[in-house]
Formats: sequence, C-alpha cells, structure tokens
Amino acid sequence: MTAHFLIRYGEIALKGANQRFFQEALIRNLRRSVEDLGSVEVRLSFGRIIVDVNAEPADAADRLRRVFGVVSMSPVRIVEPSLDAIIDAAVAMVQDTLVLRPNIQTFKVDTRRADKRFPTPSMAASSEIGAAIQQRFPDLRARMKDPDLLVEVEIRDAAYLATETIPGPGGLPTGTGGTALALLSGGIDSPVAAWLVARRGMTIVPVYFHSFPFTSDRAKEKVIDLCRVLASYAGPLSAWVVFFTEIQRAIQLQVSEALRVLAMRRMMMRISDVLATRERAQALITGESVGQVASQTVESIAVINAATRLPILRPLIGSDKTEIVARAEAIGTYEISIRPFPDCCSLFVPAHPRTHPTVEELEAAESTFDIGSLVHEAVERGERVTISAQGEQVSAVAGRPAGP
Amino acid sequence: MGPPDLEIYLDNAATTRPHPEVIRAVTAALSEEFGNPSSLHGKGVAAERMITAAREAVARSLGVAPNEIVFTSGGTEANNLAISGVALHARGRHILTGAVEHSSVLAPIRRLSEHGFEVTEIPVDSEGRVNPQSISAALRLDTALVSIMAVNNELGTIQPIEDIGHVIRSHKARGGKAIFHVDAVQAWGKVRLRPAAAGIDLLAVSGHKVHGPKGIGALYVRKGIRLASMQAGGDQERGIRPGTENVPGIAGIGAAAALVQADLGALAARVSSLRDRLREHLGAISDIRVNTPMNGIAPHILNVSFAGVRGETLLHRLEQEGIYVSTGSACHSHDPTPSHVLLAIGLSPDVAVTSLRFSLSRDTTIEDIDAAATAVRAAVAELRTLVR
Repeated sequence: MTAHFLIRYGEIALKGANQRFFQEALIRNLRRSVEDLGSVEVRLSFGRIIVDVNAEPADAADRLRRVFGVVSMSPVRIVEPSLDAIIDAAVAMVQDTLVLRPNIQTFKVDTRRADKRFPTPSMAASSEIGAAIQQRFPDLRARMKDPDLLVEVEIRDAAYLATETIPGPGGLPTGTGGTALALLSGGIDSPVAAWLVARRGMTIVPVYFHSFPFTSDRAKEKVIDLCRVLASYAGPLSAWVVFFTEIQRAIQLQVSEALRVLAMRRMMMRISDVLATRERAQALITGESVGQVASQTVESIAVINAATRLPILRPLIGSDKTEIVARAEAIGTYEISIRPFPDCCSLFVPAHPRTHPTVEELEAAESTFDIGSLVHEAVERGERVTISAQGEQVSAVAGRPAGP
Repeated sequence: MGPPDLEIYLDNAATTRPHPEVIRAVTAALSEEFGNPSSLHGKGVAAERMITAAREAVARSLGVAPNEIVFTSGGTEANNLAISGVALHARGRHILTGAVEHSSVLAPIRRLSEHGFEVTEIPVDSEGRVNPQSISAALRLDTALVSIMAVNNELGTIQPIEDIGHVIRSHKARGGKAIFHVDAVQAWGKVRLRPAAAGIDLLAVSGHKVHGPKGIGALYVRKGIRLASMQAGGDQERGIRPGTENVPGIAGIGAAAALVQADLGALAARVSSLRDRLREHLGAISDIRVNTPMNGIAPHILNVSFAGVRGETLLHRLEQEGIYVSTGSACHSHDPTPSHVLLAIGLSPDVAVTSLRFSLSRDTTIEDIDAAATAVRAAVAELRTLVR
C-alpha cells in the first residue's frame, strides 16, 4: 500500500538565498530514510513536502519523524480538490480514527487553501465538511476549543486530509553544516552531545576509544548500538573504533595517578586530529559540561583544548545531569548508555584527580611518550565501521579497504 | 587482533558444549518427530515415545521413578516451580534457605517474603558450607520449606544435603512438615545424587550444564508431594507444567542424562585431578587466595582471587589468549557489585572483585590446564605492573 505524509519544516524556510539548498537536503534525507521500505516519491508543494512511500504507514512514519529538519508531519489522505471527494475522505478518516480511539467525543474541521482557485472559502468548507461528519456520527459534537479530534484539510494541487500531527526533531537537514567527529564514551552525555550537533545539520563521525582487555567487547557493542540510534536520525554514518589499549598502558605506567584522566583526554584529542584530516572534519564534539566531574573544571577544559588544533563543540556545557538524562531518554540512547559495561573513562578514574591542572604540568607528564607513534598505532590498528539504523558493517580497517 | 589460535574453554559452570549425541537427538526430534505429543495419531505417539525415553533416562540418573520427573524450561524454572509451588499449598509460613544459594532460589524466596512468609537465611562457614545443626536449630513447626543447593556454583563446595535430609526427617517425626528442596543444577553429572535416599522432596537439574541444550531442565517431584502449577493450561507434565512439550529439548536432556549416568565416577576422578593440577599451578603465583576448599567439593570448579587485579580485566586479558573463564556465576557477572557468595565466606568486597572462576568439563584436557595456568601467570604479572 502507498502511505502519504505531509511534512512541515520551519527554520529552513527562512534561510533566504540558501533555502533551496536546505530544502533539497531535506528531500534527499527524507527519501533516504524510507527508500529501503519501498518505492518512494518526495516533492515540494507550497511550503510543504509530500512523501509518497509504498510501505506500511507506521513503519514509514517512524523513519520520517526522526529526520532532522522535520518540524512535524501528518499521515494524509490525498483526494481530488472537490468538496464531495473531501467530505467522503473526511468521513472515512473519522471512522478509522474512532476504531483506534473510541473515546473521542468532540471534533473540529480546519481548512486551509494554499490554492485560492478552490471555489469554496475555507470557513464555509470547514462547516460543510463538519456538518457531513456530524450527520454520519451523531454522537460526536463539534467543538472549536480543544477538540478531541482535529480534522485538518489542506487544499493545494490536491486536497490533503490529516487527523494526526506527529512532532519531528526540528533542526537542520543532515549534510548542510559540515562534518564533526563525535567522541563517544558509551556514557549518557556524549551521544546526547552528538545528537544535538547533528540536529544542527552537521554530519557526525563517531569515534570510540577501545581499550580491550581493560574494557569488555560489550562496551564496544554498546557504542555501536548508540551509533545505530544516532543513525536513525542522521542517516547511515561512518564510525571509528580506535585501538587505545597501548596508550592506556603507557598512561598507567608513566603518568601519575592524578593526571591520568587528563593525559588520556589529551591523547584522544590528538588521535581525533589525525582522524579529522582523514574524514575532512572541521570540529570535535564532546559531552562535557562544566564541573560535572573533577576533570571538567574550566582549567581541565583548557588543558584538553591545548592538545588539538580543532574547535571542540560542547553542546552540554551548561546542562544539568537531569536535563541530559531527560534528553537521552527522549532520543532513545539512555537505555543503552546505562548498560553496566564500564568505558575506559570509568575504569581508570583515580580517587583524586587534579582539578586545577596546567598545560605545562601535562606536557611534563607526557614527556616520556613517543606521542607520534602511539597516535599512529592507535589509528592504524583501529577499525572504520559503517553503521545504519538497521545494522553495522565493517567497511575498512585503518582507512584501508577491508581485506579478504 | 585476529582471533586467537587456540581455544581453551574453562567456563563450564556457565554452560557446556553440547555433546554430539545430544546434537543428534535434538536434530532427530526437530527433523523427524515433529508431532505434538498430545495428538492422537501416530506422529503424536512417536513424539511422546521420545519424551518417555528421555524421562526414563533422567529418572535413571537420579535413581527415581520416571513419573517423578517434570520437564521445565531450565534450572531457574525448576527452582521457581519447586519453591512457589510448595508455598502456594503450604500451611506453614516459614522458609529456611542458605546464604550462598543461586539467584533463581533467592529471588523467588525473597518474593515470598514480601507476601507474608518469614525467611531464615542460614549462614555458611569460610568454605561456603551450611552446618546441618544450624538447620536443625532453625526448623520450626511452621517451617514449610527448606531450600539448600547441592553444589555451590561459584566455589564448588558440596553441601551436606544427606545430613540435612536426616535432620528434616527427624523433625518430621516430631510433627514438622517441612519440604526439602535441593537446587542440584551444578551437582548433576558431577556428584552422585540419590534424592530418595537423601530425604529430598524436590530437586532441580538443568540440561545445558551437562552438555545438553539450553532451555530445558527438570524437577524431581517425590511421589506424594503436592505442587501448585505456576501456569494454567493443559494436562502436560501431569498438569504441573502445562504447555506443549519442548520435544527437541527433552530429547537433548535425555541424551545428556544418559551420559551423566554412563560415566559419572570415572569422569569425576579425571576432572578433579585436572582441577587439582590447576590449583597447584596457580598456587605458584604470589598473593593469591584459592576460595574453593580442599575437601568436600565438586570436581569441576576452582575459584581464585588474584590480589590487585580486577577479575573482569584479567578475564578479558585471558580472552585475548583464547582462554574463557568467568568472574562469578554467569547470571550476575555483568553486575559490578561483588558476588554475595564470596562476601558470605568472608571475603572483603575489594578481594571479591579480584576473583575468577575456572570450571572444567569432560572436554577439558591436561594440555588445556597447563596452557591456561601459564597464561594466567603471565597475565597476572603483566596487569599487576599496571595497577601497582
């Protein structure tokens, strides 16, 4: 069966001269989100986007409602723009809705004419459609304020009828804002940070620092699962699993306990620098917020920033934990993040980390490292994985084509 | 980081590799005898015949009558059915259990305690053993159930179930009515079990711990014991466990039971000598504590603490060498809190989280033990340099 959706987009309609660029990206992303379900057609119509997809409506809706740039959407029936056809369709839709929501007592019809050539004025059309619904379902009462059921009729090239509005994530279409590496730890914060930046249109490349045997392979699975959730919004993405074990070892052996977390973060930044060049990324994303843990004082942030030439985006910088948790629950990453497999940050957390470190202190602590070869090994022994909402696939090892 | 060349599987208390005979029996049940055992026609009769044969095999391995065996979905269900099934009919409201029982015993008992039952948890000694005299002292006229495991899953300690059975019998002679349940999931196939002689009323076993399939277990229900069913339905398994029988699983546990029956004595001697060899090898490592006692133990389990090394990290380090072990019982090893069993025998939480459980099976070889011991020694030395 073919399912039809009317997509409303807000902010991108305002983007002036670049409007077309944003619209085309949104259309491309909407198409890609459902194209494996069945044949799909996406078109612009008077400031809305119409998606026709040959698929189960609920499956298609679940994909489309996650696409960045969608403000809201409605499953619609499309009929020829004549009052008789609209009335027939409206009555049928009310009947379908009553099966699912038998408690409905009040309703309202709201008609908008994008195409003013339609002969009946909006208000008059609404009252004629309303009268027909009332006649067919005598138990329903028309009510203008807070009706249980709102029947929306938009008259454009055809008439579009909707009884449901599904909120979208808003934001800007993926692929319109450059590329950033998102450092994922497996905790609650970093996937939320990545999601927030992705919602602003950036393409994200998640990076996970794997320290087997200090962390379990299940910790890696957890990050892959988090990437799948991110991909359900942003579309298929490439992710890096960096080989971090030797660096972890070097830090444990050579850095005093109080500075280990910062030394670890600085190595992560250096590796990200190298990966950013390969991925043509212009920024890094982390889940830090000021003062949440000892290593997130403003002095620590300065010491971490000093290890990379790239800007570090920290969208959670001013968020409270409860706000971050609420957002993680809404996105769908929370349940995965709380699985009890420690990431490399939690495993080596010292009892008393330095809260007011200096760059000089860290540079002295790292002086015995062969930083260049440690970074090189971490990248070359890493994996690059392609992840979609439906699954994962190792596409290449260390940026080279995958071997036989 | 390719896959390691050799594979040494020492996590047999979590689960075992299915035996070829088991695979053959399961395959035959799936491919040939797909009938519903309740059907009146020949296909049903053939499937029923497989169940009958399996029931006889399980009964024979325990020295009980076939009609005293009820098939369940595994050890957890068998324990739950025994505990809750007794409680629903019981007049008494008091339950006795041990401090080192498996979660599939402790959790249903905890639930009963929320519904008006009074629970006495019998402590264990430093070897993880319950003293029968403590049971005797704690028994009351309103004690409805005593639940004690036969072999502890983390330590390998054998509980004195025959002595406990004797204590309960004398208590019954004085008017007591306690029913004796034994979780024998880790004991079946490792130590000789004769529930009838030991005064046991209910005894739970599981297929996949003895080279059978997962998803199948059995409960011995002594003739005359009334048990409430946990689910309502048809009259399969005498109505105690309604639902169309898991014929492939039952065929598999039947094949596993035949193995248990065939070579218990010889196997136990061989496996326990390998366990002793491992104990000796690991004993050469400094600052370790062997938590499994020297005597009164099942042949297949050795639990050791390695001071200063997190069990989980050591486990993953060994995994890189192709050696598979456990940090505790598989059911709670994802949980970062220390094992209640190790705490109960007096380990501090700091020491408890440095523990590994090595568990052997009929498949374990002397080469496995020697290679594993060498690898553990090297891994412990390496990790100790990292954590000081």
